[in-house]
Amino acid sequence: MSIEVKNLHKQFGSFTALDDISLNFPSGELVALLGPSGCGKTTLLRIIAGLEQADSGSVILDGENASQTHVRERQVGFVFQHYALFKHMTVFDNVAFGLRMKPRKSRPSEKVIAEKVHRLLELVQLDWLADRFPSQLSGGQRQRIALARALAVEPRVLLLDEPFGALDAKVRKELRRWLRKLHDELHITSIFVTHDQEEALEVADRVVLMDHGKVEQVGTPDEVYNHPQTPFVYGFLGSVNLFHGRVDDGHLHVGDDVLHDLGENYGPGSEVYAFARPHELDIVVDTQQVSGLSAKVNRVLSFGLNSRVELDGINSAHGQHFEVELSPQRVHELSLTQGQIVKLVPSKLKLFQRDSLHKDHHA
Amino acid sequence: MSNAAVVNKPLSNFAWVSPTKYERNVATQESKWIKISVISIALAFFALFLVMPLVAVFTEALRKGFEVYWLALSDSDALSAVRLTLLTALIAVPLNLVFGVAAAWAIAKFEFKGKQLLITFIDLPFSVSPVIVGLVYVLVFGVNGWFGEWLVANDIKIIFAVPGIVLATIFVTFPFVARELIPLMQAQGKEEEEAAVVLGAGGWQTFWYVTLPNIKWGLLYGVILCNARAMGEFGAVSVVSGHIRGQTNTMPLHVEILYNEYNFAAAFAVASLLALLALVTLVLKTWVEHRAGTNASAH
Repeated sequence: MSIEVKNLHKQFGSFTALDDISLNFPSGELVALLGPSGCGKTTLLRIIAGLEQADSGSVILDGENASQTHVRERQVGFVFQHYALFKHMTVFDNVAFGLRMKPRKSRPSEKVIAEKVHRLLELVQLDWLADRFPSQLSGGQRQRIALARALAVEPRVLLLDEPFGALDAKVRKELRRWLRKLHDELHITSIFVTHDQEEALEVADRVVLMDHGKVEQVGTPDEVYNHPQTPFVYGFLGSVNLFHGRVDDGHLHVGDDVLHDLGENYGPGSEVYAFARPHELDIVVDTQQVSGLSAKVNRVLSFGLNSRVELDGINSAHGQHFEVELSPQRVHELSLTQGQIVKLVPSKLKLFQRDSLHKDHHA
Repeated sequence: MSNAAVVNKPLSNFAWVSPTKYERNVATQESKWIKISVISIALAFFALFLVMPLVAVFTEALRKGFEVYWLALSDSDALSAVRLTLLTALIAVPLNLVFGVAAAWAIAKFEFKGKQLLITFIDLPFSVSPVIVGLVYVLVFGVNGWFGEWLVANDIKIIFAVPGIVLATIFVTFPFVARELIPLMQAQGKEEEEAAVVLGAGGWQTFWYVTLPNIKWGLLYGVILCNARAMGEFGAVSVVSGHIRGQTNTMPLHVEILYNEYNFAAAFAVASLLALLALVTLVLKTWVEHRAGTNASAH
């Protein structure tokens, strides 16, 4: 079933949680709502579920306006961050709950319910836990039971609110893969909320990036990661280095340093933010080289496939930190020492005009 | 679980909770004489102000033999006092159970204006002297009160009659259930209820299958305390009752009358029933706390 939201607006006192949000979630897709805490992603999810009312705007489920439909009748499955399992019921009773609450006329017999519950528990690979209580399960098991419970009523859409947020890193990774697999089997339209960019990029078909109650960018993981459209998206996905500068005649001035031939051009004297990913920067020891940005070496971290060099800004960039990713051979060649002044040379630089930003971003 | 801290707060008083490593460690223990003096002060207080009066009640009650004791209790006025006390509790406790659950539900699960005011009002019976409560009811429902004329005209008797006693008792015992449930329900949040509603449960189903099982021990605890107070209430009831023997005397009032008539044996005999009630309440309360504690740690 497709989900559409139109011009949603939600205010909590003086705080704007959602600011004119319009989105379309096509049928059968797994979409991630990604953003920092307080960006409105959970509010949006709860409004789609019907647990919260928007101040204005509409929620359209399967082409029908469902804004006034009660949660009960929306036929959505909702998975909570802290599982919200019924503590006093066994796993079996938890999963059976939705079926047992149906009005007498449409309620299946206990035998049918039992079959269905066991089928669902097999689906989440926890059939052997049917008689346990939630307190006897691990976090990952609880969340899988919560998912089975949500699926029991055959929801038209599945909404997951930070489903792996309360789990430790290893379990989270496992469950991520498992959720993707489950979605590929069931093909139920799903939206999940997360603040973890890796999780969103890895699991979702499409990613919706949100900040301050607004949608910043919508696209496939590849699109949003490789072609960020706004400074926020650039800064939020992956680590990034930020330079404040001014463009003149196709040259970028950052403090006393100059970078030549940018390829992009802006009006003379435009204030810009320049972004470069750690692997898009190289280090040059010869400080006489004119085209580069000065920085002071702080630490060299050489473990893993690539080595990382952490640097402190000097001159106008004082107080800023930069990160450069180099091959171990390159680091060996450079033989950097702590406190050494070097120049950073970007192979690729993404510029955003300063007035296009609605707030400060820090690398 | 997250609510364990709330439910089992009295659990640490229990002797059968085994000491933790921290408590057994010599480095974290107080010196012997501090322990001995603190414990003996507590025990002395306990003996002087709790155990001694309790023993006194029963010895005084039985001083003139079991026959006198039995006669005092089987006296028709005494029996009617017991009946009235039970009747009052039987009306006041279920009503306050419903009021308390409704108030706690509203406060814990919803946001609305004037919530803080409501919480303050719920505490009012605790902060007002019961005598004033009685006087207020006399002012409102008495013959010379606001509704006095209308009540007389319609031949309805509230003050110096059973309805007044019930009203005063309801007022005085109102906070017990609500006060017990509010922090518990606030700590539990509303996620489980939300989960139930999303799964298609109706309001009543949600309450019956999800909310009630989660609060049952707290609720029982509140009801026990509410009942103890309802049966033992003196001040407010004394003002509105009129002390008509065999008609508007509850057990505490009956004790007072007997005592004022220098009928000590009978007074203590009836008092011993109230003391017995207190003991039963304590045992029940401890049992409920224990159950709630084990429940909270098991879930």
